[in-house]
Amino acid sequence: MPSDYVPILIYLLVATFIAAFALVLPHYLGPRRPNPAKSDTIESGKLSYGDARRRVPVQYYIVAMVFILFDIEVLFFYPWAVLFWDLKWYGLVQIAIFAFLLVESYIYIWKKGAFKWK
Amino acid sequence: MPNFDPSQIPLVSIVFWVMTVFTLGGALGVVTSRNLFHAALYLILSFFGVTGYYVLLSAGFLAMVQLMVYAGAIAILILFAIMFSRRPMAHESQANQQWWLSLLLALALFVVLVVVVGAVNWPVSDAAPAADTVTQLGVALLGSYLIPFEVVAVLLSVAMIGAIFLAREKTEAEE
Repeated sequence: MPSDYVPILIYLLVATFIAAFALVLPHYLGPRRPNPAKSDTIESGKLSYGDARRRVPVQYYIVAMVFILFDIEVLFFYPWAVLFWDLKWYGLVQIAIFAFLLVESYIYIWKKGAFKWK
Repeated sequence: MPNFDPSQIPLVSIVFWVMTVFTLGGALGVVTSRNLFHAALYLILSFFGVTGYYVLLSAGFLAMVQLMVYAGAIAILILFAIMFSRRPMAHESQANQQWWLSLLLALALFVVLVVVVGAVNWPVSDAAPAADTVTQLGVALLGSYLIPFEVVAVLLSVAMIGAIFLAREKTEAEE
């Protein structure tokens, strides 16, 4: 039923409001006295170098691929999670087999050095 | 306003129109944005709007699929593809020499959709929407369709190994 999603709707509205609030309010209330050191990029105290907006190495594609596959795997957990208490050990064993089938190929590509950064 | 009753506000209609603004506004942003990266971000907004339609249609699992696979994974993959192939913040025209061809195709598709929507007599069921479709889906997936369910994991495994086999650079020992 769509009415089951009303808490999510309220949550979305509150989250949007807080995000907008946290961005808009400091913009109008906070004092702004910029100087070159303040305007500089900060990353944990390290001095920045080069341009951040450059091409990303295509090797990162592997990470994206694996992310999508595990994303789809998590999706199949959803109907199982809804039934978690009803299915008891049966469901846990079935989902364990499901997860194992993916984890073993994850270990395989890990051993193959897919995540080694060159 | 006399006799104002907050419970009379048609929440479903409001959500529908807000989601329509998200879907169409996002889609409009995709095609008009000068920055390809921003276009991809607008696409996420559009995908999110479609999620709302699935919720309103009582299709909880499809809403989840739309949110996680489209707004989550596909959009991320598109953003990655943009960052792999060009400087992300470059402002460049999205039109090339083939713009008239895509215009023609888009118009043809639009005409086909309008004709189909107008010609088909859409049947409306009297049955109440199924309650708790996710539970029913779970019962089916972990009950009578258990083997296909586990085979899905094998399929995802094959996809993972295949992607790595194609994308990974060969090590020196293998060459």
